Amino acid sequence: MDFILRAPKRLLFHFGRYLLLMRNAFNRPEKWSMYWKEILRQMDDIGIGSIVIVVLISVFMGAVAAIQFIYQLDGQLIPKYYIGYIVRDLAIIESAPTITCLVLAGKVGSNMAAEIGGMRQKEHIDAMEIMGVNTAGYLIMPKVVAALVVIPMLVVFSAFVAILGGYIASVGSGELTGGEYLRGTRSFFLPNNVNMMFVKSLVFAFLLTTVSCYKGYFVKGGSVELGEASTQAVVYSNILILLADYIIAVILTG
Amino acid sequence: MIRAENVYKSFDENEVLKDISITFEAGKTNLIIGRSGAGKTVFLKLLVGLMQPTKGKIWYSDVDFTSLGKKEVRQIRMDVGMLFQGSALFDSLTTEENIRFPLDMFTNMTSKEKRQQVDKVLERVNLEGSNDKYPSEISGGMQKRVGIARSIVLNPKYLFCDEPNSGLDPKTALLIDELIKDITYENNITTVINTHDMNSVMGIGDNIALLYMGQLVWTGNKSEVMGSDNELLQSFIFASPFLQRLRDAALNKG
Repeated sequence: MDFILRAPKRLLFHFGRYLLLMRNAFNRPEKWSMYWKEILRQMDDIGIGSIVIVVLISVFMGAVAAIQFIYQLDGQLIPKYYIGYIVRDLAIIESAPTITCLVLAGKVGSNMAAEIGGMRQKEHIDAMEIMGVNTAGYLIMPKVVAALVVIPMLVVFSAFVAILGGYIASVGSGELTGGEYLRGTRSFFLPNNVNMMFVKSLVFAFLLTTVSCYKGYFVKGGSVELGEASTQAVVYSNILILLADYIIAVILTG
Repeated sequence: MIRAENVYKSFDENEVLKDISITFEAGKTNLIIGRSGAGKTVFLKLLVGLMQPTKGKIWYSDVDFTSLGKKEVRQIRMDVGMLFQGSALFDSLTTEENIRFPLDMFTNMTSKEKRQQVDKVLERVNLEGSNDKYPSEISGGMQKRVGIARSIVLNPKYLFCDEPNSGLDPKTALLIDELIKDITYENNITTVINTHDMNSVMGIGDNIALLYMGQLVWTGNKSEVMGSDNELLQSFIFASPFLQRLRDAALNKG
């Protein structure tokens, strides 16, 4: 019986501790100027530091989507300009927010878990606590705020680059003219899809930063445990992002 | 003044501290000594509030520290400085930025005033001109001194030092001991030092408490050490044959 109850008990323990940590993280800051400085540093880390990888994955996401749909629609009675329409909606609704955030969970999330975990192990967090700093607030809140501002921007940028990638692949392969692709990208546009993209990017940004910070903040032991925490931060963030993706899709398309 | 009253600490079934009652006086260097695993670090962590006692109370002057909420604890910690065993300096900040951190976080001083305060404490620890050096660019002894400078920059009433001499050569260790002693006397600070350095015990031990397997087994001062017939104290202090010979020579002479 104990064995059966162990997993739910652990889940509840972590969920409760996560909620308490978040409550502390969003307490009133000791000094706004210090937090603001940290928010700007994090925005630079998350935003500027991730542009190259976002461009790379987005351009290929769009290109691969275009080539796949050209292949699947080949010989069917569907107008070719639909390729542009499909790539656009795929980028906006799914690939830009979800794939970008999955990749950012790997890059930014693991970095956050390692940074905070390293501070825990080197007693930096204890040193701050003894100074009277609300460490959950100072170390976590600026990261979450910065991610909530910067990640939606990266997602919009990713969607744009993915559509551009689709253009390069489809026009470059000679299957479509530039005019046909652009006509597709302008057809059947639903503004609600953009709202969905922003909702997803905000939720995913919150999940990937808070889960990663949680894993780093409570790390124990040495470098092996720090590595494990960093890996777990990425794995749990990815699982939660995909779960949230499904829930948002059900709610916002229902 | 800090007072521990019937303090117990257990980790699951393992009782690490048993019924510790002791008073640490202001303006004196109060040493906690004992073998590795005696419970010194756990006791120090209880004193600064990084852990909660299983039973018992800890008083800061007339305030029951163990019954305070997080906000009140942070308020008291503004009066607390701590020197960590590994210094716990923030690696990515320079010496000056490390020392300035508490000033940035908790005061409304101007940049000029902060600079003056940093220079003052750097001068006090004999590190003038080291403002722009990173922790990785200075020696272990200098890192300890920067740690001391950071812990006294807000003029604390209480100073805690966790093994301040670990990893230092005997001469540098003496300098650190002298520095801690002088700062304690100059500012009438309640200083609690966790150590197993015999030079510290005989050099700066105004009040000494010996912990053995989680229990307080002896209290006294440096002049009472030699004459004590407490076997645990004698076997701890004079553990090495060299020190035993020195003791015997001193007793024969005197």
